[in-house]
Amino acid sequence: MVWQMLIGLGILASAILAIRTKRLLVSAIWLAVASALTALMIYLLGAPQIAVIELSVGAGLVTVLFVFAINIAGDEPVEIRSLIPAPLAWGLVILAAALTAFLVLPKLGLLPVNAVDSTKGSILWDARYMDILLQIAIFFSGVLGVLGLLSSGKPKVEEEE
Amino acid sequence: MTLSVSTIVLITILGLAGIAFYGLLASRNLIKLVVALQILVKGAVLAFILAGNQIGNVNEAQSLALTVIVADTIVAVLGLALAVQIRQRLGTLDIKALTTLKR
Repeated sequence: MVWQMLIGLGILASAILAIRTKRLLVSAIWLAVASALTALMIYLLGAPQIAVIELSVGAGLVTVLFVFAINIAGDEPVEIRSLIPAPLAWGLVILAAALTAFLVLPKLGLLPVNAVDSTKGSILWDARYMDILLQIAIFFSGVLGVLGLLSSGKPKVEEEE
Repeated sequence: MTLSVSTIVLITILGLAGIAFYGLLASRNLIKLVVALQILVKGAVLAFILAGNQIGNVNEAQSLALTVIVADTIVAVLGLALAVQIRQRLGTLDIKALTTLKR
């Protein structure tokens, strides 16, 4: 239980640092740290397969993508002043989190905690077959979208002027 | 005061969602917005696994979380490609430069 508390504090601290740091590259590194700690927490909750996927995709692939994009787009510091005043943003966020905790926390102990049944590994292929098809469709549409976005065509507006 | 493991994980999920919503509200950098979305989806994945752990059916939760991770990765890829294109056409990553209507 001490481990879960430490890991939870680590996740929250690295998430705050990922939002608050000025440089984008440091922000991407802290996001990778938060992802790795999240994978550890998922593993401790008894789901090792999704922990491996979260570690390899969240901490590996997404970080590489972020570094690649920052490399192309440049590490440009945008001025700190946000469009919304920061106390208003924090107030809204804390209000929403407190309301959600007020709704959810009393319900938490009501459900029975059973032993983890890890023998049925085929639920992904039997009960969730449509999800696999959906994932393939999402994957291909994402690839097509990236190809369309990164195509080096001239914008039409500049040619007319 | 003793906290159970599920309460600790739930507090972590709420904290992640709160931090991500603050980032989405207050950040002006396009790539920072994608970072905030990633943090939000990490909280969602953790919530799926916690729910599966609580009802004793982790496998169902794992298959759902896999779909969420795949969709989230595609969202990150598309958002970063959009940010790169906007940077190349407008010369900045500031979301205030995207407004075409003057206030």
